[in-house]
Amino acid sequence: MTEPAGSEPAPAAAAVRAAVTGRRRSYGRYVAGKVAGAAGSLAFVLVLGFFLFRVLPGDPARTLGRGRFKTQDQLEEFRAQYGLDQPLPQQFLTYLKNTFSGDLGESLRYRTPVSDLILDRLWPTLLLVGTATLLATLIGVYLGVISAWNRGKATDKITTGTTLTLYSMPEWWLGLLLIAAFAVGMGPLPGIFPTGGLHSVDAEPGTIGYVGDTALHLVLPVLTLVLVYLADFSLIMRSSLLDEIGEDYLVTARAKGLRDVEVRRRHATRNALLPTTTLIALSIGFVVSGAITVETVFSIPGLGLLATEALTIPDYWVLQGTFLVTSAGVILANLLANLVYGLLDPRVRS
Amino acid sequence: MTTPASGPVTLTPRQVTRRRRALAARRTWASFRSHRSGLFGLALLSFFILVALLAPVLADGEGLEVTKATGGVLESPGSGGFLLGTDENGRSIVTLLIWGSRISLFVGLLATLIAMVIGTLVGLASGFFEGWPARVLYRFTEWFLVIPFVPLAIVLATVLGRSLLNIVIVIGITGWASTAMLIRSQTLSIRERPFVERARVLGAGRWHQMSRHVLPNVMPMVFANTTLTVALAILAETTLSFLGLGDPTRVSWGTMLDDAFSVGAMTTGAWWYIIPPGVCVVLVVLAFTLVGQALEEVFNPRLKGR
Repeated sequence: MTEPAGSEPAPAAAAVRAAVTGRRRSYGRYVAGKVAGAAGSLAFVLVLGFFLFRVLPGDPARTLGRGRFKTQDQLEEFRAQYGLDQPLPQQFLTYLKNTFSGDLGESLRYRTPVSDLILDRLWPTLLLVGTATLLATLIGVYLGVISAWNRGKATDKITTGTTLTLYSMPEWWLGLLLIAAFAVGMGPLPGIFPTGGLHSVDAEPGTIGYVGDTALHLVLPVLTLVLVYLADFSLIMRSSLLDEIGEDYLVTARAKGLRDVEVRRRHATRNALLPTTTLIALSIGFVVSGAITVETVFSIPGLGLLATEALTIPDYWVLQGTFLVTSAGVILANLLANLVYGLLDPRVRS
Repeated sequence: MTTPASGPVTLTPRQVTRRRRALAARRTWASFRSHRSGLFGLALLSFFILVALLAPVLADGEGLEVTKATGGVLESPGSGGFLLGTDENGRSIVTLLIWGSRISLFVGLLATLIAMVIGTLVGLASGFFEGWPARVLYRFTEWFLVIPFVPLAIVLATVLGRSLLNIVIVIGITGWASTAMLIRSQTLSIRERPFVERARVLGAGRWHQMSRHVLPNVMPMVFANTTLTVALAILAETTLSFLGLGDPTRVSWGTMLDDAFSVGAMTTGAWWYIIPPGVCVVLVVLAFTLVGQALEEVFNPRLKGR
């Protein structure tokens, strides 16, 4: 761009430079495309949120403030406050303005702004989902590699069978079983782990003991999510690696005299990992969904528990807020994974 | 038809088609039979479908009514002649399991049907047509795909109200996007095959190309995908029931588990209330998944030998 006009670079260097800028430009285009896609998804979620809470219920003032209004005046006041007496296009604008300025309404149960509640409850969920996704990905990818490399043998059958069985479980049911086995204790076995919550009552924030205490509380919920979602990752990795196994470059690698482990680790797995990345990104949505019920079973004060508690009232503003925030979170996580994928694999940029 | 048989060689087009279909079915079955896990899944599935169909024969429907329950509260298995004990209302767990299979399977199958119809239509349309309507459909599918299921389902179920049909609708309309993506990619590859091109050159209209050439070739994958989706739909039913969004007037495995959780069955040691429904869910979901995977391998030669 800022090249001096007089300089005449050698043809080879020019070609290299052109290739580099071309590649950079193609990644730029790829990023722009993905960002536009994510922005589209976010806009869609926003519209969906509006549609679900204002258009579908018929009379939003009644559903949104159920049980809260004793008199007609209160109802009218509520309508005016949230602009529900205006025509729909006007309402949509108000909704957009409020959402973008962080005003997600007020919780009927807690009488505090929904955005504050969500900020409060965000970290436990991020901690749970993040740890579980990371562990499930690592272990799942490893298991997928092992079973693909030994396909048809006992190792493959046992791994695939076990992960599929775990995948067939409702995650909260597995959570209950784990609580019974390891927290309540079975027969002579005492309970080792706490039955729920994120911290002990007496834990002092900021100390090492506090971190350990939180980790101890997270063992069972994380284990639940990891066990159930292992299959998602291991099956993807397995089939991705099976695609690579017949390739010529592996024959070459073997012909060079590399040991089997090295062929697997340095050649096959690396290539198989690439297509897995986007699929793993799509699985994040499932883990978030699973976390909602798991938080309920283990009473972890995260977004999931907030949403399920809101269900019983029903606290519409909280439901709307958690819907918007979790959806946005999943969309952004997806975008991030796609950008990393584009960086790793130049082939997808075209 | 009423065409008289004029020798063994001449066959009406309809007969030819029928024979070809029979042959294809035999070949598919032969291929499916070589998948042991698929056969195991099929056997398991047949068992549960049989139980669901024979529910009125296997267990008295009156056993579902709380007012006519004969057992004590949370009786343990074996006592009072209850094979798997009773629930908190004194109803036999076995009876609940048998009748629950009907609702669980019904919700799973019907929700899948909705998801399949929407997914196939959107997938076909966005794969077959060109121009902006197809692009819009594709984008729409992409947007829908990334929205996490449970938050959306919670919101939908809350807004729509709690009934069996609403649960079906919620699961159906939250689950079509991945099917649409799959169908779209299949349609894109089939559209470019020589036989469709031939039809196009011979003057076949879009409708003819779609219905007679593209759809029949996409159908096997739709079928395999359907069985996999049923598994997810049944899991979704248990999750929604657990969140209290199920139909309170019907017994399904999901509502059983929810009730068991509410009365604290696990911490009080009433394992017979919480383990059997969960095991049923696991077995049925596993059965559908195994059958679906086997079908996928049968219909997709690229996956053979895995």
